[in-house]
Amino acid sequence: MRVELLVNGQERVVEMPPMVRLLDVLRGQLGLIGAKEGCGEGECGTCTVMLDGEPVNACLVAIGQCNGREIITVEGLAEGEHLTPLQQCMADHGGAQCGICTPGMLIAAEALLRRERSPSDEQIRAAVAGNICRCTGYQRIVISIQEAAAARREQSEGPR
Amino acid sequence: MDGAAKVLGTAQYVDDLSAKDGELHGATVRSAVARGRIRGIAFDEAFDWSGVTRVTAKDVPENIVQLIVDDQPVLADTVIHHVYEPIVLLACEDRAKLADACAAVTIDVEPLDAVLDIASSLAAKTVVSGEDNVQTRYLITKGAADSEDSETKIDEALAACEVVVTGEYSSHHQEQLYIETQGMLAWWDEAGVHVTGSLQCPYYVHKGFKRAFGLEGDAIHVTQAVTGGGFGGKEEYPTIIALHAALLAKKSGRHVRMIYDRTEDIQATTKRHPAACEISTGCDRDGRLRVLKMRAVFDAGAYVTLTPVVLSRGVLHAGGAYSWQDARIEGLSVTTNTPPNGAFRGFGAPQTIWAIERHLDRVARELGRDPAELKRQNLLVEGDTTATGQVLRGSVGGEECADKAFASSDYFAKRAAGPVIEGRKARGIGASLFMHGGGFTGSGERMLKGRVAVDLQAGGRLLIRSGSTDIGQGTETVFSQIAADAAGIDVSQVSFAVPSTTTVPDSGPTVASRTVMVVGAIVEQAAAAVAAQVRAAGRDDESWVDAADRLLAEHGELSVLKQYEPPSWVDWDETTYKGDAYPVYAWSCDIAEVEVDLDTFEVRVLQFWTAADVGKAINPVMCRGQLEGGALQAIGWALSEDIVWRDGHILNPRMTNYIVPTALDAPRFETILVECPYPHGPGGGAKGIGELPMDGGAPAVAAAIEHATGVSMDHLPLLPERLLLASMAGTTSQGAI
Repeated sequence: MRVELLVNGQERVVEMPPMVRLLDVLRGQLGLIGAKEGCGEGECGTCTVMLDGEPVNACLVAIGQCNGREIITVEGLAEGEHLTPLQQCMADHGGAQCGICTPGMLIAAEALLRRERSPSDEQIRAAVAGNICRCTGYQRIVISIQEAAAARREQSEGPR
Repeated sequence: MDGAAKVLGTAQYVDDLSAKDGELHGATVRSAVARGRIRGIAFDEAFDWSGVTRVTAKDVPENIVQLIVDDQPVLADTVIHHVYEPIVLLACEDRAKLADACAAVTIDVEPLDAVLDIASSLAAKTVVSGEDNVQTRYLITKGAADSEDSETKIDEALAACEVVVTGEYSSHHQEQLYIETQGMLAWWDEAGVHVTGSLQCPYYVHKGFKRAFGLEGDAIHVTQAVTGGGFGGKEEYPTIIALHAALLAKKSGRHVRMIYDRTEDIQATTKRHPAACEISTGCDRDGRLRVLKMRAVFDAGAYVTLTPVVLSRGVLHAGGAYSWQDARIEGLSVTTNTPPNGAFRGFGAPQTIWAIERHLDRVARELGRDPAELKRQNLLVEGDTTATGQVLRGSVGGEECADKAFASSDYFAKRAAGPVIEGRKARGIGASLFMHGGGFTGSGERMLKGRVAVDLQAGGRLLIRSGSTDIGQGTETVFSQIAADAAGIDVSQVSFAVPSTTTVPDSGPTVASRTVMVVGAIVEQAAAAVAAQVRAAGRDDESWVDAADRLLAEHGELSVLKQYEPPSWVDWDETTYKGDAYPVYAWSCDIAEVEVDLDTFEVRVLQFWTAADVGKAINPVMCRGQLEGGALQAIGWALSEDIVWRDGHILNPRMTNYIVPTALDAPRFETILVECPYPHGPGGGAKGIGELPMDGGAPAVAAAIEHATGVSMDHLPLLPERLLLASMAGTTSQGAI
């Protein structure tokens, strides 16, 4: 089946059997290795990407469901090597240790920050509850996302 | 530093490396019985085997996985010792055909009686290894027990005590559950064999290849890919998957990549050793601890792997952070027909610390004392001697940690006020005190001779070459900081070489809380030595960069290699188990505040305080990250993580049913860094802290549950159904389900 996608702002066309996993298309034909496979059954969240603005487990999404839809992966967050505030905060505040959950965690956090300018600790934890991190204990991740929210508010409001 | 690639999504883990032309996927065909004799291997003749590479034991030049004891084959040949024993390897370019090929292999096995747990292994009605299933024994004696007849003497010492308390405590398997499963890419060329993958210890794999393939060291090239967590699970196991991939690559002449899926990873790779501990202690009526008698039995699984070393660390931490005048600590490891257990953060210490901490909670109950107060009273201080007779020479922060954690959590006021019960929720608080030795045990570092090199590069940059890997704990950043500070340059001027046995010296394995404290110390020395040469050669008006470049131009290259030398006073007797078990210890106090649902017995940890004496925090953000991450693994081990077994099979080898904590399960952490510097540590006195936070979480949570509900648990895990049964049976009796 022919599937037209908008991936990280670029129009892409793939020819695939409809039940091929979105994760395999991203990592294979599209060469986007950021999303990882940690369990293959939607439990670990390390394959999280945004599908029309909503975080989804790319291991559970069939490519046949994606025609005409927009996908954002971790590679679509930064402009080139220029880190977004969220990425910078995750690196600076210890939100990424081994880094394997980080791409999915960033997407889950980005989706949250797009709808919540000032998320509470509880909202952040709920937003990343589907993203398992075995390294950090999550506190540094929550702090990173809070700091990123503050940086984004500052960016949009300008200095006061 | 390495953080940018990780947040950009460009960091390349082994599964992300671009595929080579003709690359094959590798797969493993395993046993289906726990113990048996292989009668034959049948490859279905109806199947089209073209394009499929097949490897069996006869393809392995020397069929041994190089570790402590030569008992584990690379591929099982005649005898099966556990359900997930690898027997046949297959490789194929087409994944679907590979799966069909696996199904077309039949292993004909004559089943034998299996031994599946510690109790039946000790009973030895069925003998599966040696004469009685026992692999290793250790005995530590102190004071009255320093006698040929140590058991009688310790029993006499116990009998003379005012209060004697006895108990049994056990702990269970734990899966490391690094989020990146194990994986390796292997190929052969004129330079020899190459493997790149997810690993902690490149030189372990190197040694494994020397042995199994009979190759010279310079024909083996082991390189770490970016590694998605290890926690000990990628200490010794990667040797096996690397050998498997390389065997397939050799036979096929292709690149072969093996990536375990989650189920295979949980089934086949090593886990934390279950342990059963019996403890009797004697103390004065006023709480002064006097006599400890303990026996700890560890379940090794089917092979020895690293069990003797795990057991050793277990018994060396068995006395906890406390002063005992007389002690007899016995450790045994036994074989079972379950997958071999191996390294996991804490390395035996969490098991024995669970036991001693729970036991002291029982002693406190007997004495009518607050358990944390009793523990605080008996903490080891500078000048005290441990169970091995080691005199603590300094950097002993136990009391400071306890006092800071008590104050920050308001522990005593909350304990005195009793559990807070609102509706069906009961809240309670509990504490644990503990220490963890940094670096290899005893003479280990002296024998290991870990080495690093620091090279001067163009533009005055330094390159650290070390076999110590970054598996997420921050080696790259912390080593760079240490080198930069030692050289007096900016950290951006320091690089960290990709660990590859072809280009970096053997720094010893990335284990045992030794990377920063031990290897970091020689990074510091090497960087300082390079800098001293640059500064000595520099002319008055010359900048660092100009002096460095001129020196390089004059000499062609400038590199300093340093070898670790432990402090000269470290004195350890391996035969008597006496002396300086570790040059120094990190100390900690954990306090957990929990909420127990009195209807469902679901437990939530609301807040978790840790005060840890880390010597010196070189990177406080990363140091806190280690302490918090380790604590959450300990909480998971206590409350939800459980391997469920039937006939040697794992019934829950998936993330759906092996439950690790999510962000919503995790408590708020209040982490207090206490700094009692270790004079031989880098950066102003850093001690090893990687494993420390795994040690105290479970007993702190159990003590808090006891405070909240009155239910006292001696056996892990603290699952709701077990809490329910214990509560129905009364607070003092309980049993495993």
